[in-house]
Amino acid sequence: MKVQLKVWRQKNRNTSGKFVTYESPDLNPNMSFLEMLDVVNESLASRSEEPIAFDHDCREGICGTCSLVINGKPHGPHKGVATCQTYMRSFKDGDQIVVEPFRAKAFPLVKDLVVDRKAFDRIQQKGGFISVRTGSAPDANSIPVPKENSDLAMDAAQCIGCGACVAACKNASAMLFVSAKVSHLGLLPQGQPERFRRVKAMVDQMDEEGFGACTVTGSCEAVCPKSISLDFIARMNRDYLVALAKGESKKPAAGGV
Amino acid sequence: MAILNSNVPSGPLATKWENHKFSSKLINPANKRKYKVIVVGAGLAGASAAATLAELGYDVHNFVFHDSPRRAHSVAAQGGINAAKNYQNDGDSVHRLFYDTIKGGDFRSREANVHRLAEVSVHIIDQCAAQGVPFAREYGGLLDNRSFGGAQVSRTFYARGQTGQQLLLGAYSALSRNVANGGVKLNTHSEMLDLVVVDGQAKGIVVRNLQTGELTRHTADAVVLATGGYGNVFNLSTYARGSNVTAIWRAYRRGACFGNPCFTQIHPTCIPVSGDYQSKLTLMSESLRNDGRIWAPAKVGDKRAPAEIPEGERDYFLERMYGAFGNLAPRDVASRAAKTVCDEGRGVGATGLGVYLDFAESINRLGEDKIRERYGNLFAMYHEITDEDAYKAPMRIYPAVHYTMGGLWVDYNLMSNLPGLFVLGEANFSDHGANRLGASALMQGLSDGYFVLPATISNYLAGQAPAKRPPVSHAAFAEAEGDVQKRIQRYLGGKGKRTPSSFHKELGKIMWDYCGMARNRAGLEKALGLLGNLREEYRKNLSVLGEAAEWNQALESAGRVEDFIELGELMCRDALEREESCGGHFREEFQYTKEDPEVRNGLVNPGDVKRDDTHFAHVAAWEYAGPDRKPILNREELKYEEIKMSTRSYK
Ligand SMILES: Cc1cc2nc3c(=O)[nH]c(=O)nc-3n(C[C@H](O)[C@H](O)[C@H](O)COP(=O)(O)OP(=O)(O)OC[C@H]3O[C@@H](n4cnc5c(N)ncnc54)[C@H](O)[C@@H]3O)c2cc1C
Repeated sequence: MKVQLKVWRQKNRNTSGKFVTYESPDLNPNMSFLEMLDVVNESLASRSEEPIAFDHDCREGICGTCSLVINGKPHGPHKGVATCQTYMRSFKDGDQIVVEPFRAKAFPLVKDLVVDRKAFDRIQQKGGFISVRTGSAPDANSIPVPKENSDLAMDAAQCIGCGACVAACKNASAMLFVSAKVSHLGLLPQGQPERFRRVKAMVDQMDEEGFGACTVTGSCEAVCPKSISLDFIARMNRDYLVALAKGESKKPAAGGV
Repeated sequence: MAILNSNVPSGPLATKWENHKFSSKLINPANKRKYKVIVVGAGLAGASAAATLAELGYDVHNFVFHDSPRRAHSVAAQGGINAAKNYQNDGDSVHRLFYDTIKGGDFRSREANVHRLAEVSVHIIDQCAAQGVPFAREYGGLLDNRSFGGAQVSRTFYARGQTGQQLLLGAYSALSRNVANGGVKLNTHSEMLDLVVVDGQAKGIVVRNLQTGELTRHTADAVVLATGGYGNVFNLSTYARGSNVTAIWRAYRRGACFGNPCFTQIHPTCIPVSGDYQSKLTLMSESLRNDGRIWAPAKVGDKRAPAEIPEGERDYFLERMYGAFGNLAPRDVASRAAKTVCDEGRGVGATGLGVYLDFAESINRLGEDKIRERYGNLFAMYHEITDEDAYKAPMRIYPAVHYTMGGLWVDYNLMSNLPGLFVLGEANFSDHGANRLGASALMQGLSDGYFVLPATISNYLAGQAPAKRPPVSHAAFAEAEGDVQKRIQRYLGGKGKRTPSSFHKELGKIMWDYCGMARNRAGLEKALGLLGNLREEYRKNLSVLGEAAEWNQALESAGRVEDFIELGELMCRDALEREESCGGHFREEFQYTKEDPEVRNGLVNPGDVKRDDTHFAHVAAWEYAGPDRKPILNREELKYEEIKMSTRSYK
């Protein structure tokens, strides 16, 4: 099979970008989408044209490095998978495929299809942890956790931090990402002592990074490669209100050393 | 010749670590912050080390080439992490985990290190549970376990099929907390391209900012490398595409010895190769062997669909050959058995390079829902890649490169022969001998980072005057940066035609054909010739487009691939020199045959690996001797005080 690619090319964030069209070499339907880009890049290089820059690493849907908006959808046509797990058999011979970066004010562009998602790290640093020093932990079985809670915490904890939720949202909101972390830790007994200062600190940092407001349209859930549920946003909103009522301060949740 | 002193403490094995911690030097809290420690890498080993050193008060500077620490390759680990908790009351203990690991490694690891690993394992689980790692639990709220290969107890803790992700997010959360409070300075998209050695001691690194291309020099009182494994020398592997050898290879070229470079783990259960465009092989976790049975058609050339092959015409070859462990035989054993079956012409799938991993019996016994709960994400992944439904028909699997037991040589303190250079996690050679047991890499990475290095680094630092580290204006820094500059200019100035990735493919094929699952003298010698030519061609015929001062992925891989080619030569040399078979290192000339008493006594099968303890009970620690000169082989003899080296039997 062959496809026509319409790819966003942009040298860096200080220059303007544009779509460039490429005809792919002959492809095998069992190739992954990223393998297709590898093949296209090899053919570009053989003509001394600069390859298309795109982010990727594990290529099995867990590291959260790959991004790409494919035909208008972050991570492409299928529900519950990342770009790297999208295979060419999902497309037809002769299809035109439009490929763009994740676009959001808080994700500045690096080159072509690569964006900088450090804002997520900074949100995490404000409170996405349980303050426990190495060596001070009690025996792991001394704190039983009801299986239902631990399973639900795991559902939230599966977030791979890719940022598709932000790219899908018309306001570029990061609520699904933040709520996943807040819910994961907030559902566990170990996470209770810092529960409310955590949610306040993380939400405040999210706002500071320039992510937009959430209007609960659900576009984030629809594209999430781990199918993180919107319910976590509702859960976070409840915790946030409690935090406000308790008068949690704005200062970062990071405890002393 | 390098000086290799393992620095294993004296005294009984079971008390060595306690005694060592007690006799280790301490640094008072006010002085600790005057010591600057560079940690390269933030996988399980690097993130846990950086966070813990910062908690202790050291001034920690962390560097990763990833855009975020949370993306380190550890994130991909699926199956679980071992610990000798004995929560199942099934006879586990520190001693049993220790013994299983030594035996699993085919008696080629250091006894004292492995015992320490088993001791520390129990604290890791405590630490991770306290951080909020959502381990699988039973209805009573307590932790669940599963079984992994090479063990007859259930000691593996897990978080669905995403254990690595959850443990990494735990370590990342600890790291993030310490970034927030200033204990760790985090540098992402920052690739270490050289190690700086001043007066024979590791004192800094040279780093390239991947976004801007800027080179910077960083000085420190000690340098910690936790940069992961080098299995991508084979190009196709279960590793993330970005995993590479550069950090430890540069350290090797600066004088750190490389231990057992040829010890590679080939994992039995991966999705088979489907075409030459392929960029990656996907693991189907070993945990699947708890409920899946491995088989191949008994008849050569049987092309019927699996469902049409009656029970009587199937060969459950692991159960047949290794009765006591069956489908949970260790990885090296299981991989070789699958290869043998395929070599006999009994392989399945279009290429004939595959065997079945069948869940029908478990689904009958436990129901599809239970299997979905245990392995849902793996079945989904299998479906995406192959377009086949493993709830209905068996998976097809074949061995693939998965882990490297070799790595930089370190002593009991995890310090290399270069003073001031510490190496953790998969990057060191330390604990797994010639074969690693499943679920033990996560354990080792976190043991090194949370518990071992934080206790041992002071032994070195206490001997250094606080804040007397060399300035970055020192000549050694200028020289290292100059070397990096020259390499970059050489890559960009090349007038050749081939991309780094085309060389990487060719390298991978040479390594897989001659230094993969089965090796022999003629093949290894041939590979050395081919690799020498490849290295030459790389210098003449490489093409890298784009500029130095920008995001340039071709330039990044140019350096990594060149280092891989050089490493490939060292691996072949090491495999050639080790004239025995052990664990994952299978030299065809050294295997059991029908005539051997061990086979007649039913201890092993013909074709099993045959060790030679008289000549090879040592770590081969290779020392760089300069470009185009043969590296020097140093040996650390392995002395077993507690365990008797014996024939490894899984029958
Ligand atoms: C698919 C898969 C599944 C696995 N499943 C299991 C399992 O179930 N149980 C188990 O015990 N083990 C498992 N393993 C093995 C285990 O995951 C790894 O051995 C382990 O996670 C390695 O951790 P690490 O911290 O040493 O290195 P990594 O996690 O690879 O981290 C390396 C770090 O170093 C950085 N880095 C590297 N080079 C440089 C450089 N030059 N400059 C700057 N930064 C650099 C990277 O950015 C990264 O942060 C699995 C492995 C694979 C491939």
